[in-house]
Amino acid sequence: MNISLRNPNQIMKLSKLGSFHQSKLSFLRSFLKEFKNWDYKRNLFKLDKSGFGTAIYSFKKEKRVYSLICFANKINENERSDRVIATKWDAAFTLFDGTPSNKDIKRLKNQVPKQEVGRLSYKELTLSRANKSIRIFEYVVNCLSNGRQPDINLLSKVGYLYRTTAVYGSGKFGLADRFRIKNRKEICGPFRLEMMLVYLVRQFTFDQVNHVAKKRNPKKSVILDPKICRRLGIGNSTGLGMAPFIVNHPTLLNNWIYAREKALKSIREMKKVKKKDADYFCDCLKKSLKNVKTWNTESNFQLKKIKTLRRDLNKFISYLENSFKFTVNFPFNCIYLWLEKNTNDECLEYIVSMMMEPFDHIVDPLIRKMSSDEDQYFNIPTQRTTNDLKKILEKRYSRILNIDFSKKENNQNFWFISKNKEEPRLADRFENSGSELEQPLAIARDIKKLYEKLNLLKFSIPVAKFLLIFSELRHVIRRAFIVEKFPYAEIQDNTISKDTVPIDMLRLKLSFFGALKFDPKSDKWLRICMFQGAPLPEQLKTFDDNWVYN
Amino acid sequence: MKSLSEIDTVSKRASRAVGFSWGICEEIGKNIRLLELFGLKGIKNLISYYKEKKKSKFNNLHDIKKKNKSLKYDFCPIIAGVSFLDQADSLKSIGEIKIEKLAYPILFLPFISRASEIIGKKIILKFDKQEFYLNLNQNIFSNILEDKMIKKTKLVSIKFIKNADSFSNKEWKHLYKLSENIFVEENENLKNKSAGAGLTDND
Repeated sequence: MNISLRNPNQIMKLSKLGSFHQSKLSFLRSFLKEFKNWDYKRNLFKLDKSGFGTAIYSFKKEKRVYSLICFANKINENERSDRVIATKWDAAFTLFDGTPSNKDIKRLKNQVPKQEVGRLSYKELTLSRANKSIRIFEYVVNCLSNGRQPDINLLSKVGYLYRTTAVYGSGKFGLADRFRIKNRKEICGPFRLEMMLVYLVRQFTFDQVNHVAKKRNPKKSVILDPKICRRLGIGNSTGLGMAPFIVNHPTLLNNWIYAREKALKSIREMKKVKKKDADYFCDCLKKSLKNVKTWNTESNFQLKKIKTLRRDLNKFISYLENSFKFTVNFPFNCIYLWLEKNTNDECLEYIVSMMMEPFDHIVDPLIRKMSSDEDQYFNIPTQRTTNDLKKILEKRYSRILNIDFSKKENNQNFWFISKNKEEPRLADRFENSGSELEQPLAIARDIKKLYEKLNLLKFSIPVAKFLLIFSELRHVIRRAFIVEKFPYAEIQDNTISKDTVPIDMLRLKLSFFGALKFDPKSDKWLRICMFQGAPLPEQLKTFDDNWVYN
Repeated sequence: MKSLSEIDTVSKRASRAVGFSWGICEEIGKNIRLLELFGLKGIKNLISYYKEKKKSKFNNLHDIKKKNKSLKYDFCPIIAGVSFLDQADSLKSIGEIKIEKLAYPILFLPFISRASEIIGKKIILKFDKQEFYLNLNQNIFSNILEDKMIKKTKLVSIKFIKNADSFSNKEWKHLYKLSENIFVEENENLKNKSAGAGLTDND
């Protein structure tokens, strides 16, 4: 049976992308698999009694070393903020390429805590900062210093001791450009080094909390139970900064989504499924319900989605147990078709992620294809004709061509870069000034404009000639030719509409990171948790790949 | 040290600020990154050009011909470069193209380097005493090493190089003969067994 890949015009809608969940393809899971056999070490731990100072952790294999350098600093309570406008953080981190010398550490001690206003070098790969959870950090220190373990239920509810507010890489603030390291086999998947930083930061948070507790009460204190540590991850607050990324990296976006779609297609095409694989799928599904049940949020938007997910999952499990047999031909295709008919996107995409669990042989080769050499596709094939271009738009942007941009609500917002923080923002063009400095992120509107101009032509002409007249549309002409080759490269929605939910864009990216428990704080930022349930560094060599559901 | 990613982003944004369309700004970002990667003064030239653009006028060269002459102002290197890049496929048959009065030719250079890759032909670019050998955008050879900024040039010549060997047939044969010394002479037994196929090609 030949199953078609799902239609990009349907899959790439924001509401659909905003229903994606973590899977075996997710970057934090593929990072752990890649680095499981590397040697982990805590190289330096020089903190004072309050937990301030410097620590270094590393992963090493043969001659390659990656070192996380942590700087924990004292800040006042009123200086602690998750917002991007913050200038001080409880801790700041950089991932260093190799083993840092004392001179490097001294240099970085001055630069890393400054974050966006500091300067890094080609020796540093990623940069981040994090704040303590005011809900539980001090509580955990108190419990441990008094010789008892903290309440696991309370800890599970929060999910982390520290929350990062940004993780930077790829040349930002002087960090190493991607091209310097792109040929290293161990980082062939996207965001590997960002994942490494977050993972090692998680370990630092456990070590710091134990250290402070011990210093506070050396005789009575206990260390945080490793079983509890495993139940904790690293929080992350994510705002709009992430959203334009998926618009600005079309081939990368395509490769992520294509990997997911290709995996689904291959699984649906399996005529027979071994009993052990079917059992594994069912086992992961049932265990995963715990994650759904402990998914806390105050967001009505998300609560509604979780409620629908729970209802649909119960319906699906009942179908699996009472009406379905894995002995049928093409069992996962039957499941998929049933889900499509009987459940909403949130549940459908949840199960699509789950379907990948038993099939390493399908997923692993796809992971290696999720990066992209974007420069290869940058040049516009200007010898092609305007007729070609028009056909591409009609095929690849059919939904978008139906949007009426003369309506105010379809043209409501504009994306801009804030002067204060050099970060992307979204504002109402009819209420705020600055729309003349709009970023080129209104792709749907500009594609429609391009289509209208193409319709004015009486004859087909080379694109080179068209560009002479309509230079202002160059950026979307480039995109159209990229999308011709990469069907999942474009969000098939209007990103400046009144009804756009920007966190759908964030959720898409975060699901590929491997984040759990999306907790929207508004339509423009959300909190998530990463590595919750993940093996600790000492457990890496023998870890179980379905740890997400344990 | 600034990363190439920063150079790309900031050049793109600055170019938007001086009035180029976003699509052209994307080209400029990539070009300045390329110049800096190849060790040429992209940033310095761009800043200087944008400063001058504020007070002086430049002509836009849109439709590139064999001979291109600006009667009044110097040609803008960016618009000329974009036009060359877009039209490269139809220009390659011309052989040699001349542009009179081009401002900041270094900013024009990366467009030609990229065009060389697109059309699959090496290109020689000459202005004043400077000569650049553009090798399918893999590298740029030049006879200049000095830091001097070239703000304008009287004549730029762009010559497409025919895809041809840089050596004679006789030289190739010589090298080939040498390479044969590592081959093993096959006896009948090896001929029958070593290729892996059957004894007959017919099916």
